[in-house]
Amino acid sequence: MGKATGLRDAITEFIHDGDSVALEGFSHLVPFAAGHEIIRQQRRDLTLIRMSADIIYDQMIGMGCARKLIFSWAGNPGLGLLHRFRDAEENDWPRPLEIEEYTHATLAAAFVAGAARLPFGTLRCCPQTDLLKHTPALSSIKCPFTNEEVTAVRAIKPDVTIVHAQRADEEGNVQLWGIVGIQKEAVLAAKNVIVTVEEIVNRLEPVPGGIVIPSWVVSSVVHTPGGARPSYVHGYYGRDSAFYREWDAIARDRDRFIQWMGENVLETVAA
Amino acid sequence: MSAIDTKYTSEEMMTIAAARKFTDRAICFVGVGLPSVAACVARQLHAPKITLVYESGAIDSKPTVVPLSIADLELAETAGLIVGVPEIFAYWLQGGWIDIGFLGAAQIDQFANLNSTVIGDYNSPKLRLPGAGGAPHIAANAREIVVILRQSLKVFVSRVDFLTTSRSKQKTTVVTDLGVLQTHPETGELILISRYPGVNLEQIRETTGWPLKIADNLSEIPAPTERELSVLRTLNSTAETQGQNSRRS
Repeated sequence: MGKATGLRDAITEFIHDGDSVALEGFSHLVPFAAGHEIIRQQRRDLTLIRMSADIIYDQMIGMGCARKLIFSWAGNPGLGLLHRFRDAEENDWPRPLEIEEYTHATLAAAFVAGAARLPFGTLRCCPQTDLLKHTPALSSIKCPFTNEEVTAVRAIKPDVTIVHAQRADEEGNVQLWGIVGIQKEAVLAAKNVIVTVEEIVNRLEPVPGGIVIPSWVVSSVVHTPGGARPSYVHGYYGRDSAFYREWDAIARDRDRFIQWMGENVLETVAA
Repeated sequence: MSAIDTKYTSEEMMTIAAARKFTDRAICFVGVGLPSVAACVARQLHAPKITLVYESGAIDSKPTVVPLSIADLELAETAGLIVGVPEIFAYWLQGGWIDIGFLGAAQIDQFANLNSTVIGDYNSPKLRLPGAGGAPHIAANAREIVVILRQSLKVFVSRVDFLTTSRSKQKTTVVTDLGVLQTHPETGELILISRYPGVNLEQIRETTGWPLKIADNLSEIPAPTERELSVLRTLNSTAETQGQNSRRS
């Protein structure tokens, strides 16, 4: 397979200090293994993009990878707050974090515009909220046909998008299914795309409701079994909900966080 | 069914009052936490034909255990269809298909404006919260809104620290742990329309950060029935064991 690499090589080749990087996956298929490799390679000054910034971004922010976060929600899904993100926002630890904040619907429209190579997306929502005062990428525009005022959102075009998928074939065509989130749009909006997969198969059998990302839009496919743990992969493994609960306590305390990252991320080696 | 303890907590009363807001056959946009629990209770009791829609793209999911996140495997496996995130917001929510949207928040004001972004100043927050998510779009596009919140002076404020979600133009009902408020059809102001058994008006006024108006025909909401409590407690017990059980799955 032409595009197959190891995770270490893929991150080294495509992720550079200062890049804008979207790791996508809406609580399902979260590319944890790729995020951990970015932490191990000590990338700095990244602009991290993600609709539901959750534990993987808490870890990357806490380890100092990010200069800026572009997001529409930042929490531990179903459980509460992200304490490393909070520490960065409230106390500038380990470094100040610039934020560019959206709603889910506006950030989704920004990815759609990025995938379509449009300068902006439009939607009907929420003109009078405080978010519009703080996010210059949100504005409004008059419809040329009806004069109706609609919300405009600047397109998002990440330098690199990373997603995790169920499987790829030997050509590097990628297949994912279940909750497919914003992955297709995030992939098509990006300049480079890394996909980690559970499995490499000879031939992709069609799956109802599934999507296929053709090999020619993907820069690198990495065979990474378990690469979404502790999140889940539909058809492969369940979510480690107990870990999501434990994370709350780990992330509350700086020293405990650093120790946990040392033992569970820094001292492990990518395939 | 064995006899159950009919003494109930204020949280159980609130969840059941919220569950009763799910009318059968309604198409409901729900988040995690109390709205999700209330939806599961309603589906097992008086509203077997509700359609539950989740912002993760799962439509018509039929969860038998309370999901921990809005994108849980349980929701995906029991969904009638799954769509992408741009589609769930653009076609289904903005397209006008949602009857009732359920929301939570950290702060609410007299007109049901909501804050789920920060406590304190945006640029140097005292407490940074998760942010907007789907809430502003839900409030702007669902035909009716139900907000579920515990009542306290920290939450029911005269002015929200950050306007995350503008008041809906549609009827908005706020279910709290003390009673139920609803927006006035003309002024949009929240009026107390019901209270729970054993709750006095003073308690409700003291936990509201503005001079609360009380409806002339204030009603008392019936206490949870044995059957409601039994369904709710069974659901909550599965939610609590779910985390441990899925550890090694």
